[in-house]
Amino acid sequence: MGLKQNLHNFKEKNKDKKWLPLFNAFHTFLYAPNEVSHNGTHIKGADDLKRTMNTVIMALIPCLIFGMYNTGYQHYLAIGEINSVSAGFFSPEFWTLANFWVGFAKTLPLILVSYGVGLGIEFIFAIKNGHEVEEGYLVTGMLVPLIVPIDIPLWMLAVAVIFGVVLGKEVFGGTGMNILNPALLIRAFLFFAYPTWMSGDKVWVTGAVERTKEIAEGSTADVISGETILGSLAQGQEVAYSAWDMFYGFIPGSVGETSTLLILLGALFLIFSKIGSWRIMLSSVLGALVMGLIFNFAADSGWISESSKFYSLMNTEFWQHLLLGGFAFGAIYMATDPVTASQTNKGKWIYGFLIGFISILIRVFNPAYPEGVMLAILLMNVFAPTIDHYVVQGNVKRRLKRLKTKTA
Amino acid sequence: MSKDIRIKKGLDIKLQGEAAKIITNAVASNVYTLVPEDFHGIIPKLIAKVGAKVIAGEPIFYNKQVGTMNFVSPVSGEVIEIVRGEKRRILAIKIQATKEQTYQDNGIFDVSSSDATAVKNHLLKTGCWSFIKQRPYDVIANPEKSPKAIFISGYASAPLTADYDFVLQGRETELQTAITALGKLTDGKIHVSVGANSNSPLVNIKGITLHTVSGPHPAGNVGTQIAKINPINKGETIWTVTPQDLVIIGELLLTGKFNAERIVAVGGSSVKTPKYYKTKIGAEIASLIYDAGIEGDNFRVITGNVLSGRAIKPDGFLGYYNNTVTIIPEGNDYELFGWNKPVFNKLSTTRAMTFSWLNPKKKYNLDTNTNGEHRAFVLTGKYEEVFPLDIFPMQILKACMYEDLDEMEALGMYEVAPEDFALTEFVCVSKQPHQAIIRKGLDLMLKEIG
Repeated sequence: MGLKQNLHNFKEKNKDKKWLPLFNAFHTFLYAPNEVSHNGTHIKGADDLKRTMNTVIMALIPCLIFGMYNTGYQHYLAIGEINSVSAGFFSPEFWTLANFWVGFAKTLPLILVSYGVGLGIEFIFAIKNGHEVEEGYLVTGMLVPLIVPIDIPLWMLAVAVIFGVVLGKEVFGGTGMNILNPALLIRAFLFFAYPTWMSGDKVWVTGAVERTKEIAEGSTADVISGETILGSLAQGQEVAYSAWDMFYGFIPGSVGETSTLLILLGALFLIFSKIGSWRIMLSSVLGALVMGLIFNFAADSGWISESSKFYSLMNTEFWQHLLLGGFAFGAIYMATDPVTASQTNKGKWIYGFLIGFISILIRVFNPAYPEGVMLAILLMNVFAPTIDHYVVQGNVKRRLKRLKTKTA
Repeated sequence: MSKDIRIKKGLDIKLQGEAAKIITNAVASNVYTLVPEDFHGIIPKLIAKVGAKVIAGEPIFYNKQVGTMNFVSPVSGEVIEIVRGEKRRILAIKIQATKEQTYQDNGIFDVSSSDATAVKNHLLKTGCWSFIKQRPYDVIANPEKSPKAIFISGYASAPLTADYDFVLQGRETELQTAITALGKLTDGKIHVSVGANSNSPLVNIKGITLHTVSGPHPAGNVGTQIAKINPINKGETIWTVTPQDLVIIGELLLTGKFNAERIVAVGGSSVKTPKYYKTKIGAEIASLIYDAGIEGDNFRVITGNVLSGRAIKPDGFLGYYNNTVTIIPEGNDYELFGWNKPVFNKLSTTRAMTFSWLNPKKKYNLDTNTNGEHRAFVLTGKYEEVFPLDIFPMQILKACMYEDLDEMEALGMYEVAPEDFALTEFVCVSKQPHQAIIRKGLDLMLKEIG
């Protein structure tokens, strides 16, 4: 008897056990189930939720690997052991094994905690509520390590994941029922609960916090400054990176958000595979560009004095906003979450546009923290059902009108 | 007058085992079965008891709600069994056929000199009313309501279904007679559709508005055509009849005989020699599949097409409205890493490591595996790609699930039938039973609003 038959017999034997969803969760990863259609369509399309989620994860892998290299690169760069990149995307300074190992050692625990805690909660709720373990967290669990600063303490991450999964998703009924994007909710929790670990100039480069402590205790090492570009801009400082650096991603930031190039590749993959909504991606880019242009225009027309603390962010070239901070990552991977986004095609245009528009608005005017993508997406998550409501009402009105012209 | 309807949204599911255009006379069945489930929403009141001798066209039961609506025997013989389920609900009525078939003579009906009431009463009495279905609710037409139009789709776009152009050859007279008679029942038009470049006898019928339909499935669904030509509003009724049933109606009017004969396409990848058979409503499928031959021993027999047919046992019977029998492999097996490995031999509308987009003309051998487990609705925008109606498919499905009658009505529930949601069900990554959800929703509306 082969493994397939053994597992099948085991499943049949334990049909009534409460923990069976736990077994099924692993079983269905090994084997697509033997379930058949009943009446209705007797044949079914090849895609299921696992395949869909897996496609998104595949689109995230390049960002993850780049993030690992970048973690090491920023670290060694900050302590002065290597020179900054010199030869474009494939610069030898960046793609070194040493860089990778530093990043790998720092990122792997984040991934393990994110998946371990999140899936653990999913399992508990699946057993408690007697349903199968749903796949939603597979993507969330991969997104979370990519959108936090590299040095976030693991216990904070664990607490945030518990909060995000339980209050963000399970209380609404699990995958497909949530209102807010769970990954962003986890990030928002960290952001508001532990702001010192989520912003400032110490958290974006691994080791910076410890080093600051050492210096305070009398060490003679140089201070590591790991300010993000947005952080520098918000303080009116010179930006030491070229636009190409930003595009390639050789900049400090959350683990996976820095490389606009790879995010763009991921976007193309998601659009090509028809898993991600190109409508949301395109419209949020448009929204950001429009807001950026408005700010540029305001700065050029002298509506804001150069001494204003918003000036340098406002005066940032409108297209550079696409390369900075978490905008690209948010627009491609987070705004497109089908459950929390608008569900109608017309609604997706409005939803995406407003995300881009509000992201840049918050980014420029947020006094405490120069980034707005997370808050913009969460805000639009809340408004998505309203947008859909009006789109659907348009259809309903058309139907009523047809009836009226008929009876008139 | 001919009008073109072009559908862009949809999906042609190309399957192996298309019936060759050869008609074989099927071996006559011993037993014929009527399944009341085919007449959705009808509560049957039996006329013929077990042991009763009936001739073809003699009433077997009538509709409890509309006493004049008879349902007749497709053959002459003896009622041998009435299968009952819970609460003595009738599941099946079995009639053992005699060697010599005799027909009840309903008399030749002079269509041209009859008025609407006469036509209606004649159809109700002779059992032919059962072929007329209505929207909203997708049930047998309520004879008390007059439809604003009648729709007949002569273009079958669902996978492996019988080709109307082929099976209707030589039946012009019956079609014309039936359509003339139906024309008396409506003040509106009779819309008939055929495929592009069709040689269907329907093209030359008088008294109709002819439409040429093109595009992927569900272009041939009568629901799609109604939506494009004359959508249903609240309070309106549209009747639909399939062309092959028109032939039975026409023959009854012309000769007085209820001839339940039907040409059926037997196809699907499990069939060795897929072709057409001449048989009768309610006939045993076994005689057809024995002749056509089956590959393997793990297969599913479907009376109807793979999208909205009914699964039956190999010793089951041809459904009342079906002109297609499909036999495909049963997919009750596990597939190693089926959720993430590249897929070449299954159809998909995405490109998520599924490669059916590389070869759009390929014919597939699909089995009944669901390719994944049932989940809550997650993805959006996928249904719209294969759904040509001006309706929000996911929103209306959800309205049906939480049984909000006002919302169902507002979103267009009067316009839909379960088969309109077959493709959305096929592409659904959450493997939700769309057609069953819509059927339940329609039943609820019928009960509450009527």
